[in-house]
Amino acid sequence: MSTSPALRLRHVTVRRGDVEILRDIDLDLGERRFLAIIGPNGAGKSTLVKVLLGLVEPDRGEALLFGRPAGSDPVRIGYVPQLKTFDRSFPATALELVVSGLRRAWPGRVSRHEHDVACEALERVGAGRLTDRPLARLSGGELQRAYLARALVRRPDLVILDEPATGVDFLAEHDLNRLLEGYQSDADATVVMVTHDLAAARHHATDVLVLNRVVIGFGPPERALAGDCLERAYGHVGHGHGLVVP
Amino acid sequence: MIAELSGMLDYAFMQRALLGGVAIATMTGLLGVFVVQRGLAFLGDGLAHASFGGIALGALVAYGTSGSGVLSQPLWVALPFTMAAALAIAWVSDRTELSSDTAIGVFFAVSVALGVLFLSRIPPDRNVVDVWHLLFGSILAVGPGDLTIIVVTAAVVVGLLAAAWGRLAYATFDAELAASDGVPVRALDYALFAVAAVAVVVSAQVVGVVLMAAYLVIPAAAARLLAPTLSAMTFGAIAIGVTTTLAGLVASFFADVPSGSAIILLQAAVFLVATVAARR
Repeated sequence: MSTSPALRLRHVTVRRGDVEILRDIDLDLGERRFLAIIGPNGAGKSTLVKVLLGLVEPDRGEALLFGRPAGSDPVRIGYVPQLKTFDRSFPATALELVVSGLRRAWPGRVSRHEHDVACEALERVGAGRLTDRPLARLSGGELQRAYLARALVRRPDLVILDEPATGVDFLAEHDLNRLLEGYQSDADATVVMVTHDLAAARHHATDVLVLNRVVIGFGPPERALAGDCLERAYGHVGHGHGLVVP
Repeated sequence: MIAELSGMLDYAFMQRALLGGVAIATMTGLLGVFVVQRGLAFLGDGLAHASFGGIALGALVAYGTSGSGVLSQPLWVALPFTMAAALAIAWVSDRTELSSDTAIGVFFAVSVALGVLFLSRIPPDRNVVDVWHLLFGSILAVGPGDLTIIVVTAAVVVGLLAAAWGRLAYATFDAELAASDGVPVRALDYALFAVAAVAVVVSAQVVGVVLMAAYLVIPAAAARLLAPTLSAMTFGAIAIGVTTTLAGLVASFFADVPSGSAIILLQAAVFLVATVAARR
């Protein structure tokens, strides 16, 4: 294991034209932590994910993953994108999707070894029956499991998820968080998840980043979600338990 | 029947048409899968029309240089011209908020306008460009030199696409996901457009713009309706392209109908059957 933190962001600033999407983001996250990133729409959460994946180069500052520049070691990272970007017209099976995570290319022909490893990954996320099912015929929850299997199949040290629960029901979301916790303890991995679910962040995460273009709060959930952090991030907080934010 | 088919194969022009057709069908079937899955059905038409501008420029250059050396063949000017147009289309859709189809539409119109302008500068009796042939072509008129160019181009294009298939397919499925896995998505986009430009210019010169556009879209679209996976779609598109080419050439030989029309109509018939079969 390296001694560098899993994530180190120093003064990360991203601009689009004249608009600052992210400003001066500073963050250290140790290995084997579970970071939930929360914030309102337009807060720069997905942009921050793209910075971590090496897809967006910061205009200023640097992002290091395990001590190396973001994007330089994709094998150590498993990524679950937002499901709303998925193209259902693409002819593919759940098995092929998982093998793409193993091979880092789309499979033309799946070898016996790849088939076995992918099936095992699907089994681990409770989706063993989906192997030969076309992606276009999967429900939101099933698709989420297939994408999770794809991300975990190469046993990454860091799992990054961008709003994986969008469009799936509460049960599927609960299962997802349970599966992530299981993988994290099993593989000693670090998890970074963008979520709108403050209850999940409070319950499952070891650290929470409250973001609205700048870091509003960062730390253990009881600290980051307390005080006026949420109000400063969202402008206002919903009634009741203060867990559901518009 | 076998004797008649054997008799058909005695004709050298028919042998060249069959070989050239199979080469074009294989190349465009492989390419067409990415064209259809990326929503670039307009690309074939756009690049073929861009090649018209290039061929017209080639004709003007040939006229200006009195038709000496490599510049006597408009193809050698049309190739870089169309590749430049293809890369410009890729650049506009990459660097601006315009879609690929919008960028294609712009370069399509500009290339045709330039083509007409270039041709207008050549005296009619010195013009080597047959616009009717360029549009509608004739696969039966493939000469020995054309066949060599087609087969070599097809071998290179098929080799490049086969080598990059896994990464191209991954980028086609989800560009962001592929990029996060270290796939050079942007470079592959430009490479795909450049390869498409070469395939289109060479094929359109011989079989015409209309047949070229059909080859690029219809077999892949029909295969998409039936195939559960992208690899099955790829083999299906090639099989449909090759089969309809062979059947179309046989039909045109025995029924005395235009070969291009026969091939396109057979492709359309397969597409229709696939549409009905896919709805069941």
